[in-house]
Amino acid sequence: MSEATVKKERVLMKGNEALCEGAIIAGCRYYFGYPITPQNEVPAYMSRRLPEIGGVFLQAESELAAINMVWGASCSGKRVMTSSSSPGISLMQEGISYLAGGELPAVIVNMVRGGPGLGNIAPAQSDYFQATRGGGHGDYYTIVLAPSTVQELANIMIDAFDLADIYRTPVVVLGDGVLGQMMEPLVLPEPSTRKIPEKDWIIDGAKGREPRIIKSLRLNPQPALEEHNLKLRAKYEKIMATEVRYEEYMIDDAEIIIVAFGTASRVVRSVVNQLRAENKRVGLFRPITLWPFPYDRLKELSEKTDVKVFFDVEMNLGQMVEDVKLGVNGNKKVLFYGRTAGMIPEEDVLIKKILEVY
Amino acid sequence: MKAVYTRPKSLRDVKMHYCPGCGHSIIHKLLAFAIDELGIREKTIIIAPVGCSVLIYDYIDCDGTEAAHGRAPAVATGLKRTMPDKIVVSYQGDGDLAAIGTTETLHAANRGENITVIFVNNAIYGMTGGQMAPTTLVGQKTTTTPTGRNPELVGLPLKMCEIINQLEAPYYIERVSVHDVKNVNRARKAIKKALDYQNKGLGYSFVEVLSMCPTNWGVNPVVAAQWVGETMADYYKIGVFRDRGLQQGVK
Repeated sequence: MSEATVKKERVLMKGNEALCEGAIIAGCRYYFGYPITPQNEVPAYMSRRLPEIGGVFLQAESELAAINMVWGASCSGKRVMTSSSSPGISLMQEGISYLAGGELPAVIVNMVRGGPGLGNIAPAQSDYFQATRGGGHGDYYTIVLAPSTVQELANIMIDAFDLADIYRTPVVVLGDGVLGQMMEPLVLPEPSTRKIPEKDWIIDGAKGREPRIIKSLRLNPQPALEEHNLKLRAKYEKIMATEVRYEEYMIDDAEIIIVAFGTASRVVRSVVNQLRAENKRVGLFRPITLWPFPYDRLKELSEKTDVKVFFDVEMNLGQMVEDVKLGVNGNKKVLFYGRTAGMIPEEDVLIKKILEVY
Repeated sequence: MKAVYTRPKSLRDVKMHYCPGCGHSIIHKLLAFAIDELGIREKTIIIAPVGCSVLIYDYIDCDGTEAAHGRAPAVATGLKRTMPDKIVVSYQGDGDLAAIGTTETLHAANRGENITVIFVNNAIYGMTGGQMAPTTLVGQKTTTTPTGRNPELVGLPLKMCEIINQLEAPYYIERVSVHDVKNVNRARKAIKKALDYQNKGLGYSFVEVLSMCPTNWGVNPVVAAQWVGETMADYYKIGVFRDRGLQQGVK
């Protein structure tokens, strides 16, 4: 019996550890990072695990150093990642902008905590704007993947590394303190079978070939940078056309569609189950890619006559709601309920708000 | 006829963008000579800094990449940790290495990364138009120290070789200059030695090169070279700070 056909056992893991195993199954052998709560299990796990399998773990002197070590490692074509949480991710934004400009693949995990500023260490979704609008300076986007369970977090790491390589772009995995810290049973994912383009751009010493340069500076001749940005834009258009991912739950006959991602969607799923038990036609729409955002599907749903209203639920004071409104495009009303700074949306409050408009 | 001089093969035959009298073109050439003589062109990766020498990859015929301002040692670390058998050169100016990137400089040195840092110290920010550098001398006028650097306001100029020499891990630390022929020859040997040590897997090397920036100093190239030899070299002492290879008899 081949290894692939052996039924894998369920294991119980913390989200922060499961994502490491997902990354390792994806072929990542290089990790650079700097401690910050609530993602410290990631460097702790990688520091033990990577040397066992011939990889390199290095604790950087700062997030600035970490993301630039990622740049250096990515130049080799090998799969590399870092992880951090909100304030640390802010520090990495310059580097992420460079990665986007230099078209270097990398995976960046953000276990979001409350902000602004030092904020707190509790789970939040308040980095939505930062993650989905590029985050750093310049004309670019990063792919943003938002899992909602430990199983999905492990699985999504495989997808993240594939997307990073296929599109030569940094990919952000956006979780939060709940997802990183909680333990759930999961079956570790299988390696990817997706075809990855040959990496004919790496720098490893110009042996028997012309030297290559990996850079983000494009001074001359004008309009070199505009041409480059238009090339990036074409890539982003392709990603928007082909890589949108979302989940629909109890949506077919729904009169009220609740939109939520990540941990907030877990609250919403429970609310949908409770309201369905009372024969209320309520459903959950869960974006998995926050960028590219599933605007088109939301537009389709908003054109259904059954659908009366959309409810956007987030662990912030209303960030994704702007994208939901863009998708719904004025066809239906979009209401919002959110808690911020480490507070979790409450089921009974949400139920009350939904029943008010049902 | 016997050729007494030829351009190093690793230096492309193109016109450089540097100002007349700038030291970068000399230092690039010394680096290219070292790469040729050690036969490492096909395994060398040059990291270009932010500053005038960002275009070094247009001149040295090797693979290259850029680093964000100050982050070249971190990029070098990522390159070297994934490809330990390649030669990684971090070429940096004074603002890059000793102001915005001091942390990365010290930590890469302290880890003993098997890389070579070439630190071009010309006591001023070149590309941005002549602002105070961490290595600007006391009393030196720049666009942001119009009456001269006042140590009571901004501290004394940083001596990076001396600071790095406090760390245990670095293998080779030397300060050289390119203001005259004698010193250019010495700098050539130092750069070659640093790359040779890296090629032999011996560890971190740091070569500080005192260099001229006549444009931003507001003097002609001759005066600039004299100023390096007389004034800069008086504060930044030329010499070997550490050479473990010499101590250990590395050939």
